[in-house]
Amino acid sequence: MTSPADSPTPGAAPKPDPAGDRPAKRRGAFGRLISDPLGMLGVVLIALTVLAALCAGMTSWDPIALNPLARFQPASSEHWLGTDNLGRDLFTRVLYGARIALTVSIGATVIAMVIGVAAGLIAGYGPRWLDNVMLLIFDAMKSIPTVMLALMLVTVTGPSLYAVLLVVVLVNAPAYARMARTQTLAIRRAEFIDAEQALGAGQARIMLRHVLPNIVGPILIVAAMDIPVVVGIEAGLSFLGLGVRPPTPSWGSILFDGFSYIRESAWPVIAGGLPIVITTLGFTFLGEALRDTFDPKLGGGN
Amino acid sequence: MALYFLKRLLLSVLVVILVVIALFLLTYAIPGDPARVALGPRANPELIAEFRARMGLDQSLATQLYNFFVSLLQGDLGRDAISGEPVLNTVLSQFPDTLYLVLGSVLVALVPGVILGILSARYRGGIIDRISSVLSVSVMSVPAFVIAIYLLLVFSIQLGWFPAIGAGTGFWDRLHRLVLPSLALGLAWIGYIARILRASILEEMNEGHVRTARAFGLSENRIMYDYVLRIAVLPMITVLGIGIGQMLSSAVFAEVVFGRPGIGKLVYDAIISRNYPIVTGTVLVTTIFFVVVNLGADLLVAWLNPKVRHDLSR
Repeated sequence: MTSPADSPTPGAAPKPDPAGDRPAKRRGAFGRLISDPLGMLGVVLIALTVLAALCAGMTSWDPIALNPLARFQPASSEHWLGTDNLGRDLFTRVLYGARIALTVSIGATVIAMVIGVAAGLIAGYGPRWLDNVMLLIFDAMKSIPTVMLALMLVTVTGPSLYAVLLVVVLVNAPAYARMARTQTLAIRRAEFIDAEQALGAGQARIMLRHVLPNIVGPILIVAAMDIPVVVGIEAGLSFLGLGVRPPTPSWGSILFDGFSYIRESAWPVIAGGLPIVITTLGFTFLGEALRDTFDPKLGGGN
Repeated sequence: MALYFLKRLLLSVLVVILVVIALFLLTYAIPGDPARVALGPRANPELIAEFRARMGLDQSLATQLYNFFVSLLQGDLGRDAISGEPVLNTVLSQFPDTLYLVLGSVLVALVPGVILGILSARYRGGIIDRISSVLSVSVMSVPAFVIAIYLLLVFSIQLGWFPAIGAGTGFWDRLHRLVLPSLALGLAWIGYIARILRASILEEMNEGHVRTARAFGLSENRIMYDYVLRIAVLPMITVLGIGIGQMLSSAVFAEVVFGRPGIGKLVYDAIISRNYPIVTGTVLVTTIFFVVVNLGADLLVAWLNPKVRHDLSR
């Protein structure tokens, strides 16, 4: 056996907690989250994005109205982030863009989560052949590179917000489905489920009372990590002119307008890209902190 | 082992077949009559009927799907709706430029990723480990096209160190123009690689044979490079396989931003000009490439893993 002086290694049995650690353990989940500097930073960055979305409409500029005389103005006390190629106030457009980004990313993630979990429960609970067929379908969906799948779908549906939603659901749902399936299979063999069944519990009751509560934690963590990906997909498609239609301000389209005139002014590009960076970093940091707080085992690869 | 290879191969083939069916159904769902799209607005009904019969568009869905598979097996992906060239030729002619880009991105991801992974595992909890973990998370989350545009803004437009447009001619010029797009695509994967490598090194360090080696007094360097890394790189190969596929498809952003030729630019232009056969063809070729790379990575990992190989030889 190894000596007790060995450096701590991952996977080693947890040592009994010294009494001094107890108060720290009693803090609520949110407290632990906040005490992680990255988690705290994540919360702040997300709060900033939410604040931006709430404040849209409070500036004195119209996000869509053209003002050709005021093209490519640098940042000033009047235009906080300058103006774009059509003379629109960039700060105002960024605030409205936050609304699009947040609604699309959170909405799409929730839809993907619900559909994925439902599919996973069916796969895990259904007959063996159905499970195999669904696994194959999940695998096939995962095998088309994300951007290619998005481009293909948008070609069929035409550029729109719904196309973006559809892409996100197709790309992200399989991951939730797999998690729900694995958990279902694991719990199906548990003895207390046999007991439940012997007592006459129906399939629906077992799913709702025993399977779902067990996957809520890990699934929420994955959802938090998915949101930045979705923000990227929405902005990326809008950047390519395949997402939100102009003149609706999306961070991606702001960035593309800026890119087209990048030699005239750097401000539109800065204004379009910075919020994407802030939001994706915010949700990623939060997701990481959530994972460290609730589920240390989930770390690493899959 | 042979059984594993066979099963894995079969699964890949099934996945490709499913993807083909999905793509076919999607093409079928494209709004508008393909005959009208191909022939233009001034085509008369006879011409359209003749075109539909020639392309097999008047047959049942199942027959069309069957024909689609048959022509696919013969390497026929249809014809470019605008130039009339075979789609496969067009896609393959654009493929090398994207492959160079992906190769460059893999290097960008691999070299710093491996170094950071090893250092942060070796000095776990130290300053390098902490910086590396924050850095990994940060670069992982920012989308490639945002990085691409900022790189363009800073290094091409403001500083003028790199040309902004094109793939260049001649070796050094091409290499020079490859730097920024490769950085844009590869940067995010530094984080993934550093993380997975760190985790698998730490796991391997805990194995019995490594502890035995340490007990025999082998140096830490020797243990790391002769024993631990050999196994610890395996999960990284799997991640890299997935990474190559994602880089291949994110290439569209780098190619649009830096005005490079390649399949991303090809598919982008095809969507704008509604050249559907090119879109479908590119997606299909990319997906097959992705499936093959992943299959290769999985088989390589199985082959390199001494535990698996040992089971085989027994």
